[in-house]
Amino acid sequence: MERQAAYLRNALFDQGYLDEQFLQLEDLQDETNPHFVEEVVKLFYTDSVRLIQSIELTLKNTPRDFEKLDKIMHQFKGSSTSIGAKKVKKECTQFQEYCNVGNVEGCIREFQEVKQEHAALKRKLEHYFQLAREAR
Amino acid sequence: MGMAAADDQFHVLAVDDSLIDRKLIERLLKTSSFQVTTVDSGGKALEFLGWHGSERNMFNETSISPKNHQEVEVNLVITDYCMPGMTGYDLLKKIKESAFLRDIPVVIMSSENVPSRITRCLEEGAEEFFLKPMKLSDVNKLRPHMMRTKFKNEIEKPEKEEKEEIEEIITIGEADSDMEQLQTAQSLQQKNIDNDINNKRKSMDEVLSPDRTRPRYSDLTVMSN
Repeated sequence: MERQAAYLRNALFDQGYLDEQFLQLEDLQDETNPHFVEEVVKLFYTDSVRLIQSIELTLKNTPRDFEKLDKIMHQFKGSSTSIGAKKVKKECTQFQEYCNVGNVEGCIREFQEVKQEHAALKRKLEHYFQLAREAR
Repeated sequence: MGMAAADDQFHVLAVDDSLIDRKLIERLLKTSSFQVTTVDSGGKALEFLGWHGSERNMFNETSISPKNHQEVEVNLVITDYCMPGMTGYDLLKKIKESAFLRDIPVVIMSSENVPSRITRCLEEGAEEFFLKPMKLSDVNKLRPHMMRTKFKNEIEKPEKEEKEEIEEIITIGEADSDMEQLQTAQSLQQKNIDNDINNKRKSMDEVLSPDRTRPRYSDLTVMSN
């Protein structure tokens, strides 16, 4: 079980889902805070729901409000960066680039990518944490 | 020995509107043995610091009400730059403009590396500027700022003897250039007593150096006779 958890963890790095920032999180986990990484990730997913909803609403109602879209995405990207979500962060940057050039279709399309990566990482991390827990 | 032992934990006030980043910075700071208070806005930070928009506080020897003085001592403020409403820069400005709060070292964090932003903050009195996300190695650079201020407060004690001894220490190790001063622990004291602004100005090269922050010693060595 432990080997499976380690294997999955390494795969997440190798496949570019996670970057060094995730290692920083792991470094902050110890006996006094044994679930720190999982807590932060959970917090990220809870917190990002409202940001995603906000972008969705804006794209629906005022899709050309690029300033607002960029602002929300800036927050979302910040949080993604903080947990080491490499692919999510990349899609966020792409989204912001579409905002910068005022490309609505691009924003809409790219936002789907953002959500997909966001969801994919969530599944993988949940699986990893489950394995890690069972290994203890 | 005239110096007070620095056994008490340093207390850091962390300001960030992001919930995740607040959790992170709190953990980073606690791991480094700092006491931490986190708030989600500049306004709340000022409230916590006991700032009430007037300068009459500094003349109060004894407080009229508990809110007219800093309840809890804060040794350093670390704030995000981009926040809705009051930005980290606005907060920095308010702190440095307050006779009551200006001695508290302030450090800025930002997810964006914008040279003009960095300069602006340093010129306004920020001690350092860090790129987010913060790492443990960044947090280790905070301690000297807190120790310097604590040391400065020791100097302002009324005992003349102690003051003379300390002044002797300060004059040792005066360096020629502003930049060199930053490199030696001894000149740290000198720098703090004198004009702060010149000493904090730094070149863009230094700012954008690979480790992203101003080169700093990590130990404060005090020479005594």
